[in-house]
Amino acid sequence: MGYTPEMKELIKRVEATRPARIERVKQGIQFPKLSLAEAQKRLRTYHPDYKEDGRREFKIGPNKGDGHTYPDEVVDLFEANSRIDPDKVDLSNPDFETDVLIIGGGGAGTTASLFAQQNGMKVIIATKLRHGDANTIMAEGGIQSADSPVDSPYYHYLDIIGGGHFTNKPKLVEAIAKDAPIIIQWLESLGMNFDKTPDGQMRLLAGGGICRKRMHSCGDFTGAEIMRTIRDEARNRRDDITVLEYQPAVEILLDEDGKAAGALLYNMETEEYIVVKSKAVIITTGGCGRLHIQGFATTNHYGATMDGVVMAYRAGVPHCFLYATQYHPTGVAYPEQNVGLLITEKFRTAGAQPVNIDGEEFTFPLEPRDVESSNIIRECMELGKGVPTPVGRIGVWLDSPMIDILKGEGTVERDFPAKFIQFKRYGIDISKEPMLIYPTHHYQNGGVEANEWGETKIPGLFVAGEVLGGVHGENRLMGNSLLDINVFGRRTGMRSAEYVKQGVTIKKLTLDHVRAYQKELKEAGIETDRISPMLLPDYTNPEVRNRQLTARYFGTLR
Amino acid sequence: MTTTVAKDAMRKGDKTIIAEGTRMIPLFIMGKRYYVPETLTIQKAMEYAGYQFIRSCGCRGGICGACATVYRLEGDYKLYSGLACQTVVQPNMYLVQIPFFPANKAIYDIEKLPYDVTAIQTTYPETFRCVQCNACTKVCPMDLQVMDYMAAAIRGDIEAVAEMSRSCVMCGLCTSRCPAETNQYNMAELCRRLYGRYGQKKSQQVAKRVEEIKAGKYDPMIKELQSIPLEELKKRYEEREWEPIISEGWQPKETKYL
Ligand SMILES: Cc1cc2nc3c(=O)[nH]c(=O)nc-3n(C[C@H](O)[C@H](O)[C@H](O)COP(=O)(O)OP(=O)(O)OC[C@H]3O[C@@H](n4cnc5c(N)ncnc54)[C@H](O)[C@@H]3O)c2cc1C
Ligand code: SF4
Ligand code: SF4
Ligand code: FES
Repeated sequence: MGYTPEMKELIKRVEATRPARIERVKQGIQFPKLSLAEAQKRLRTYHPDYKEDGRREFKIGPNKGDGHTYPDEVVDLFEANSRIDPDKVDLSNPDFETDVLIIGGGGAGTTASLFAQQNGMKVIIATKLRHGDANTIMAEGGIQSADSPVDSPYYHYLDIIGGGHFTNKPKLVEAIAKDAPIIIQWLESLGMNFDKTPDGQMRLLAGGGICRKRMHSCGDFTGAEIMRTIRDEARNRRDDITVLEYQPAVEILLDEDGKAAGALLYNMETEEYIVVKSKAVIITTGGCGRLHIQGFATTNHYGATMDGVVMAYRAGVPHCFLYATQYHPTGVAYPEQNVGLLITEKFRTAGAQPVNIDGEEFTFPLEPRDVESSNIIRECMELGKGVPTPVGRIGVWLDSPMIDILKGEGTVERDFPAKFIQFKRYGIDISKEPMLIYPTHHYQNGGVEANEWGETKIPGLFVAGEVLGGVHGENRLMGNSLLDINVFGRRTGMRSAEYVKQGVTIKKLTLDHVRAYQKELKEAGIETDRISPMLLPDYTNPEVRNRQLTARYFGTLR
Repeated sequence: MTTTVAKDAMRKGDKTIIAEGTRMIPLFIMGKRYYVPETLTIQKAMEYAGYQFIRSCGCRGGICGACATVYRLEGDYKLYSGLACQTVVQPNMYLVQIPFFPANKAIYDIEKLPYDVTAIQTTYPETFRCVQCNACTKVCPMDLQVMDYMAAAIRGDIEAVAEMSRSCVMCGLCTSRCPAETNQYNMAELCRRLYGRYGQKKSQQVAKRVEEIKAGKYDPMIKELQSIPLEELKKRYEEREWEPIISEGWQPKETKYL
């Protein structure tokens, strides 16, 4: 295990240029940043979003003819049938009734549950896997908040909106820039552990595209620390917060007036459908890495399949910015067992440089993510300066040993314990040998359209977290997602409680919107046996799938 | 040449590409034999064998703790464990997954607990039944010194428990092996929260900024950004001053927006 002899030979070229690169870093000389205009050009030429093949327009629903094209993998989910036949579902006898139903037990959903509960609500969280099996628990780098004396929400706002190419929705940007310190203080009060100095000062770090040190963290598992803390708190409030695991939602329920009124859940183990009636619904289903857009590997968890956007769309809520997908510049390209997994941006903020097969720098290490990814793709695909792996993938080096040289022996192991172990298991010591990386699908960017309180156009239907579109416009910066899931979790938790308290009477439940959507599919001439939401990706060996020959299934065994 | 091959490979997403000539090895999933390529992780090997996971699969990246797996190797009495998404298969591995193991979760109000050993005594009294057998440490897939953090808990050293359990993925393997029926990882979670809540000092700067925000200090500045023309906004973005990597004592020239 470890690197092959061929790769070890190539690593020598990286080692050969290292002393000179270290010297330049010490003198404050880095590879130059691209100007806005140059960056735009790079994006248009190399970023996967700008490729024309493999994309198409929406032919049905609220985003029909909106002038954008979307990846086929996304459109396929919307040009698909419901998992259920509305005529067969009995909505007259709900299995559960509650005030607020939260769909998705990740970070946004759990924060929403806590704020709804403390505002007097009974809450159900329905989630696909276990409570906390989510993108949130995987987040490594940190969470942004402008609380240092040389920083302010003004600069935070500028960074967010510039990073998003000035397309972000201003009110949503304002919400996260201004709520950020409130969230950090709240997490502190719940007992989240932050990296602090002994006198309680946050150890703030830099990040791609941000002009001040603003990243708050807990080692390289900030997301896990947030998730563990808020999940433990939700469990402490179990009298009011019920969690239903392995029971994803497959459709939103409306009432006769068109208000949100619950959801239809699917028990993946017993294969039965369950009706939940509620006065408000918050969708917090996260992202979509498992769609493998354009064949990219992903950093996302197993359940990241865009279900929330699909369900909301069938109920009539448009989406925005889904045409832009975020590729994280540094996904693992070797060893094959770890392909796609994230290497946090903090490696680059700590001093590791991306270098090509000849050990040369070719990009400013902390460009916004889309630009950094484009530079890496260009280096590999256009300039032929990538490093091949034994199975024919390609990548560039991320020179992690620089960190120990710049910051002292042992820094890599101390500051990146999780990553250190992950590579050590495959015989690679990342404090001594560089890592091979390539962009990987990381973040959804776009999502369901809503206002700064997470309210959609449907009364009583809220969205929060990665499923919500517009906060980050076309491109998110590191550390703003852990922030936004908490900001909008909090805001939707509070706002849904207000909405319910003003007196909501749910009338007869209906799935008519699903019928109407099926009709629209048919009228648009879309005939397909695809079914969505997808719920889980299919990684079963196709040869085995081909031998699953049961023609019809009756009774117990499929 | 390599580039063309790679372009193709890039389209395969997460599907592991199996190098030509990879050896197939026998793997026993709950006692039943399958042949799988020797380079795969247990998780991907089970998918290769035809399994579709509902349980035992979460992050696929070694942090959620959903895929705890215990195994033995033929001809070896020892019990091994690992995370299925992080452990490569070996020939004649006999494995079973433990996607769920019942554990006691104490219900408490963090605001009402003291910052000393009595917090542990009242919530997880079983902690004190630990017989120091070390079975938990041996089974931990994150190589944590579980028995040692239990000992620290018994001493009432909450900070040490927090530090020593920091990278716990809450997989439950330690609990499954404990002869004293303790719930190590839930107890450790309590200690981490106590440490964060009472052991670590609160950030004064965060508190100060919250007050400033609540007083509306930044509202006019943000309104300004929302009302200037796009060209001006872009200009301000391009002209931001950057805090240097080594920034002790650094002050920006522009201070009116701080
Ligand atoms: C590897 C990685 C590293 C990251 N690092 C950072 C970082 O350092 N800083 C940062 O700010 N951001 C980071 N991010 C991004 C950030 O973690 C996520 O965007 C954010 O956590 C999303 O939170 P969420 O609550 O919206 O979604 P999630 O946390 O993904 O939760 C969604 C939940 O909904 C469930 N669900 C899905 N579909 C359904 C359904 N149909 N019914 C019911 N439940 C469903 C899922 O199973 C999941 O539990 C990272 C992301 C990844 C993947
Ligand atoms: S301490 Fe226990 S729960 Fe935590 S990782 Fe180790 S075995 Fe798993
Ligand atoms: S397994 Fe239980 S009894 Fe043994 S050392 Fe660990 S906590 Fe103590
Ligand atoms: S699937 Fe999350 S740790 Fe293995």
